Order: sequence, then C-alpha cells, then structure tokens
Amino acid sequence: MKTFEGGSTRASGYWSRRDALKAGAGAAAAGLLGFPAIVRAQPQAIRIGHLTPMTGFLGTLGEYAVQGIQMAAEEINAAGGVNGRQINVMSEDSINPENATTKAQRMIERDGVDFIAGEISSASALAISQVAARHQKLFIAVGPRSDVLRAASCSKYMFCIDIPNTVMVNAVGSALKRDGMVEGKNFYTLTADYVFGHDLLAAARNFFAANNATLLGDELIATDVTDFSPFLLKVRQARPDVVCLNLAGNQVTNFVKQYAEFGLPFPTVGFNLNTADAWAAGVGNLTGTWPTVWYHTLDNPRSKAFVEAFQAKYNRLPENHAWISYVTLKIMAQAMAEAGSAETPALIEYLESGAEFDILKDRPAYFRPWDHQLIQEAYPFTVKPEGEAADEYDMIVLGDAVPAASEPLEGIYPTAEQNACTF
Amino acid sequence: MQFVFLLEQVVNGLVLGGYYLLIALGLSLIFSVGGIVNLAHGAFYALGAYLSVTISRRLGFMPGVVISPFLVAILGIVFERLILRRFYREDAILSLLVTFGLAMVAEQALRMIWGSAPLVQNLPPEFRGPVMVGEFLFSRYRLTLLAVVVVVMAGLWLLLNRTSFGRVVRAGIQQPDMVAALGIRLQPYMTTVVMLGVGLAALAGALFAPITIVHPAMGAEILTIAFVVVVIGGLGSFWGVVLAAVLVGVVRGVTIHFAPAAGEASMYVLMFLVLLLRPRGLLGEPIEKFEK
Repeated sequence: MKTFEGGSTRASGYWSRRDALKAGAGAAAAGLLGFPAIVRAQPQAIRIGHLTPMTGFLGTLGEYAVQGIQMAAEEINAAGGVNGRQINVMSEDSINPENATTKAQRMIERDGVDFIAGEISSASALAISQVAARHQKLFIAVGPRSDVLRAASCSKYMFCIDIPNTVMVNAVGSALKRDGMVEGKNFYTLTADYVFGHDLLAAARNFFAANNATLLGDELIATDVTDFSPFLLKVRQARPDVVCLNLAGNQVTNFVKQYAEFGLPFPTVGFNLNTADAWAAGVGNLTGTWPTVWYHTLDNPRSKAFVEAFQAKYNRLPENHAWISYVTLKIMAQAMAEAGSAETPALIEYLESGAEFDILKDRPAYFRPWDHQLIQEAYPFTVKPEGEAADEYDMIVLGDAVPAASEPLEGIYPTAEQNACTF
Repeated sequence: MQFVFLLEQVVNGLVLGGYYLLIALGLSLIFSVGGIVNLAHGAFYALGAYLSVTISRRLGFMPGVVISPFLVAILGIVFERLILRRFYREDAILSLLVTFGLAMVAEQALRMIWGSAPLVQNLPPEFRGPVMVGEFLFSRYRLTLLAVVVVVMAGLWLLLNRTSFGRVVRAGIQQPDMVAALGIRLQPYMTTVVMLGVGLAALAGALFAPITIVHPAMGAEILTIAFVVVVIGGLGSFWGVVLAAVLVGVVRGVTIHFAPAAGEASMYVLMFLVLLLRPRGLLGEPIEKFEK
C-alpha cells in the first residue's frame, strides 16, 4: 500500500503507458488478494492503531514496544482471537507530536481502528489524546510517564499504563532516604526540555521540599543534545552533594557515558530510566539508584515465562517497553472479551469497573476510575560495581517492590488532592 | 572565579570543535574538488563507529580505532569509483539525491547488520577520568582526542600544501580545465580525496564511539552540525573550516554557560549571522551569485 502510493507520487505528471499498466495490474492483484476474506464472511478483525516512536531519541525503546505488542497479538490470535475475532495491530512510527496527531487522525478516520494504543513520548501522547477525545475513541497511553496526563490533561478517553513521574520519584526516593542521601543534601538536576522532563522536575522539587533537601540548580537540556561536556563543567562548578537526572531516552546513555569519562566525584541518582538506555551505557559507566517499572530478572514465574518466550522469538532480552506493550494488549484482550465488545463506551465502562489484570508481577493491577491510572508495583534498582558484573545485562540489581506487600498499592501514587483530574 | 569557569567552557569548546572538524573537513574537501555535497558523509562516520566497536571486541580498543578508518577509507574508494565519479559534471541536484538516498540505505543497512539497539563501546580505564591543570578540569580522553586531531590536521595541511599531490589537488579546485589541459588526470586525485574525507569521518566515529551513543541514526545527527561548520567556514577553505569548527564549539559552550536552553540553537544563530553579513562564509571563496 505504502510503496504503491510512493510510486504514483513520484511518477505523477509523466506516466508512461507501461507505468499505467503496471499500476493497474498491481491494483488488480491487491483486489484479488483481498477477496477470499470477504467471500468466507469471517467476523471482521479487531483493528488496533499502535503509534510509538521508532526513530529519534526514543527510537530504541519504540522498537521493543513494537516487538512486545506484536508478540502479544500473535499469542492472542493463535489462541483463537478475542470473541472469535482476530486482532490486527498496525504499528507505525509516531516520530513527533505533529506526526502523531496526523497519523492518529488517519487511523481513526480512514483505517477505522477500534482504538489506539502506544506512545512513549508524553508530548506525542498529549497530542494523540486530543485527537482521540475529539473522535470519542479510546486511547491507551502505554509508555508516557508525565503526571500531567493523569491530572490537568487527563481525559475520559485515555487510560495510562506506565507508572507516572511521581511514582518513579517515590520509588527511588524511599531507597535514597533509607541510604541517608536526601536530608540536608544539595542536589543539582539535569532535565529533559519537554513536557515529560518539566513534569518530572516538578515531582522532584516536591520531593526535595518535603525531605529537607536543597536544589542548587537545574539545567534544561534539549532532546537532541549528544554532547554534555559544557553541562558537566557547570555541574562541577556548582559542587553538589548529589547529581540527579530527569533525562529521557538517548540523553541518559550519553550523559552517563560522558559523566564516567569526566570522572566527576559526585554520586548520581536518576528519577527516570528505561533499561535499554542503561544497557547502552555499558558496564562501568552507570552508577547510582534508579526506578523501573519492570525488569527481566523479576522473580515471578509468569514474568520468567514471558522473558523466555520473548528471547526465543527475538533472540534478545525484553526491555521494560517490550513488557509493558505486551501486557497492555493482554489487558485490552481481557477487557474486550469481558465487555463483549471493542466499542469505546463498553471498554471504558469495563476498565473503570476496578477489574484486576495479571501483568506478570506479584500483585495484580487495576485502573483507578477517577484518573484512569493503572495501579501497579514499581521497583528501585542499583548498579553492581565495576568488575562484579559479567556484562551490561548483569549489572542491574532489582530491589524489592514498592510499596511493600503489606501496604496498599495506591500508597506511592499521587492522591486526588495532588493530581486533580476531572473528566 | 566566574572568569575561570568561562575559560574552562572556552577550552572545552575548542576540544569539541576539533571533533566537528574531523567530519566537516572531509565534507568540505569533497565539495571543493568534486563539486559534490556528500549527504552520505554521516554514514561513513557511523560506519567508522560501528566497525571500531566490532573490531575492539576482538582485538581491543586501540586496534579498533586504528583499523576501522582504514577499512572505511577503502570503502570510500569503491564509493568514489562506482558512484561519485558519475556525477562530477552533472547537475548538483543529482549528486545530492544519490548521496541522500545512499545515507538512508546505509542507515537501514546498519540496522539490518547490527540491529537497532545501541552498541556498547567502553572507554579503557587508562583514558577515563579528569586531568586537573590548576583550577581547570579536562577530560583525559578528550585531551587525547585533541592531540590526535592536531596531528591529523597538521598532516593533512602538509599533504595539501607541501607536496606535489597537494599542488594538483589545489589546482584542481581552482582550475580543473587548466589542469586537464596540462595533461593531468584529476580522477585518481579525486579518489584519494574522497578516501581521505570519509576516512577522517570514520576516525571521528571511532574516536567518539566510547563517549556517545552508537546507533544507526548517529550519522544523520552529526551531519547537520558538519554542514553548519562548512557553511560558516566557507566552502573550499581549509582554515575557514578549522576556524568555524572551533567557533561553533566555543560559542555553544559559552552559550550553555549563560543560557543553557539556548545551547543547541547558538550554532544556527551563528550561521544565520555569518550568512547575512558574509554569504561566502568566514574564509570562503566569493560566490558571485550572492555578492553583487
């Protein structure tokens, strides 16, 4: 379809007879291929639009997201689909918020998708959410973490799967407090300069203020920065007790590598990390305490089975975006089966009902009806010292789940007072 | 104290400029001699980084950095012989299109061969850490990089200005028809220039692999900066490119010192000002079309 369109645009203006014949034959062939399905009168497949960045500073993560969701689709289809209907997930590169808007619109208006899922970028997710709300279609925000998506910019038509920024700050924060790295300490932060980073910085500021820590300074860093040396010099000039990272995607990898290169003495902590970015940094570069939503070493039999199946299929370890996209489709399959429909109103009603979902963690997850946030466990992790880790996949040590098994799951999530959301 | 901090940024900018220079100079050379704007230049930078990582895994860090540029330079010969040479006398738009297409093919090829997940290249411990000179802090590795760049640039300058090879190349830049009339075929010289240019880009990739992220789109990322440097410096000028690379590095560092959020925009503002006031670039040849 895509190449065919490209071909006709390029040749427009001076088509030869041969070109026209070729195009005609192609169109005829495409038509023939489409026929058998109609003849056999199968129930129509459920169409899901999957938008995620596959290029740019989040591209590495997006590739995992595509692999995860496609693997889930194959499993569901192999087991007979949902209500006897096959699932068809169309994954596309969302690139940036402008493109995400256009593609979401096209998926809803022309491709006739039942709902849209995906995203890692909070900025693109905001854009898609607006399109979805306009068309009254469901949008499952899989990977974005900005609190604002669950608060001021929340939407009746959007449900959020990944943990929000406040939870990541709380997950790392409790580990830091235990180690005495917060009270009375001077922090210096580096922040990704877009909605996600700004949002994370706000959550970090709240955490510092609540725990008697001082924020010495903050640097906003454009998402296309690859050389951090001028920022490293500024960090050194400020001489903080702790360097704290609110960066995203490739930024984390580049920063961590160059921080090790300059050999600055201050300990680092980070309020956001996707493990693919940590792996890319390599052994000996990454240090400190970080939050994560899932890691492949999680000691849970269903999680381990997923890791094994993913490795067998793609010949590499699944990253947290592979896991989250996988469980998202499983959540939606359960919702469509139980609601008996892929229509948006029925799905919203089911998701808001407090139904529990198995997301390959010890405790089942559920959506809060008032902000549409999936409530689930989070984890802090630390990094093995150099020399102890066999390779980059071995350097991360997963901590205990937060909140602890005895505490309510919602304890680390923002309250209705902190994050006002009205639909 | 403020002054020392600022000076630190200036020196750091100089080092960064050296790295831009390795990529921009090859781009400028290939344009000067062949009249070709090589949009695939970033691909050779990326390939240099990827090959160095692969070789380093088997033979160690240094062999990777040394061997990879040579392999890419050999590939440069193939590139020139099979593709570029067909476009020297053609409309510039054709070479733009073919090199642009090649850049995309190369990026996908990297993705297919090495996968799209970034590769890990570790800096050997002996290069890691800071060097303190009084109050100044430098990265040990970047100082080493600067030394490498200075040596390579000196070698290149000698080659272009003190050898018979350089005389022919420079004559070819100015008066290709006259060179041909004197019975000298420019063809082999052009092959060598392309080989040198892409080899330098690969060297930059290999040197920067340990401190940046090695991923398929890294070539596209760096190409923009390289073009900005060439445009500011002026096409066809060795020292213009050197001056521009250093200027871009320093201006970025100083801007980040005062207004961090404007850091990435600073080089484009610089390019805008230079183009407005001096369309030929700082030390470039005059372009009659633009300067009446």
